[in-house]
Amino acid sequence: MIDEQRLYIIWIYLQAEPLFWLTLTIGSYLIADFIYRKSNLFPLLNPVAISVLLVSLILIFFNIQYERYFEGSKFIHFLLGPATVALAVPIYKKWDLIVSNSKAIFISLLIGSVFAILVTYLLSLYFELPKELILSLLPRSVTAPIAMGISEIIGGIPSLTAIITLITGVIGASLGIFVFDLMKLKNMDARGFSLGLASHGIGTARAMSKNKNAGVFAAVGMGLSGLITSMLVPLFLKIISIL
Amino acid sequence: MLKSVFVILFYQLIGEFTQKFFEFSIPGPVIGLLLLLFTLLLLKKVEFKVNILTKDLFNSAETLLDYLPLLFIPVGVGVVMHLSFLEDNLVSVLLVIILGTLLTLGITGFIMEKILTKIKSND
Repeated sequence: MIDEQRLYIIWIYLQAEPLFWLTLTIGSYLIADFIYRKSNLFPLLNPVAISVLLVSLILIFFNIQYERYFEGSKFIHFLLGPATVALAVPIYKKWDLIVSNSKAIFISLLIGSVFAILVTYLLSLYFELPKELILSLLPRSVTAPIAMGISEIIGGIPSLTAIITLITGVIGASLGIFVFDLMKLKNMDARGFSLGLASHGIGTARAMSKNKNAGVFAAVGMGLSGLITSMLVPLFLKIISIL
Repeated sequence: MLKSVFVILFYQLIGEFTQKFFEFSIPGPVIGLLLLLFTLLLLKKVEFKVNILTKDLFNSAETLLDYLPLLFIPVGVGVVMHLSFLEDNLVSVLLVIILGTLLTLGITGFIMEKILTKIKSND
């Protein structure tokens, strides 16, 4: 015979501590990652999307406030900052490649990053989106920890930016190949770089799984666009506020 | 391990301090990233024997980045729980993302390929 009263008291105790929420978050991620690998890295089964869905379903099912969950899982959230700093290492390791292709990389980087911001802004205006939403959309093509940092500084909603960034990555990784084929782009380095620049880590993982060189260029594109976009977005906002 | 954890946190701390102090519009962790990158390049330039020191740092950094997707779950759940915020804008937002991403991919790939083939034909 299970004593429900006792179980309830234990639950009240556990849900107030991070232990349960950390275990739930990591467990969901492991399940999602397993599914993703089994599917041969199918982009629409992105592990973040699946694990976010899993955790959300559990919270909704047990009627738990998001704030309670976030309070418990914030140790994981905290690591986003250190992870951004850690991005210095892969960029450092690819430094020779960046230097030897500097002309092609920097011109494409500048045009691509400016274009990503501009097209997002113009489309948002076209759809008459509210300002807070536009600000959350602007940094969407760069890696999520950087995008969230930009969003926070310019007055967007960082958590919304995180999801927008995730969708951007999934779209780029799954549909990028059709764009390249349509435009008859054959150069693997160019394809990879473009994927990294426009759809960050998820695009990079996709490029890596298709072609080693493309993957390396994607990593370079992702790292550099993250850096330059964090300077370009605030600059862009200054310019349009003057105009 | 502990030393490299310290190094990463220390650079982030300097980054956050710099951002607040000078009121930069670049996120603190990105400033930390830049400072760490400059430090590594500088150490390489002066041919400092960095192997023992940096091997540990590289391992920790790469391990952390391997788990990058995990780190988005807490905020990601927040958006699902607060989806009502998007309300009537959901379709527009999706269209902005899809069109914006595909156009950016096309333009960037096109320019890079043009420059790379031009450089190759000049050689």
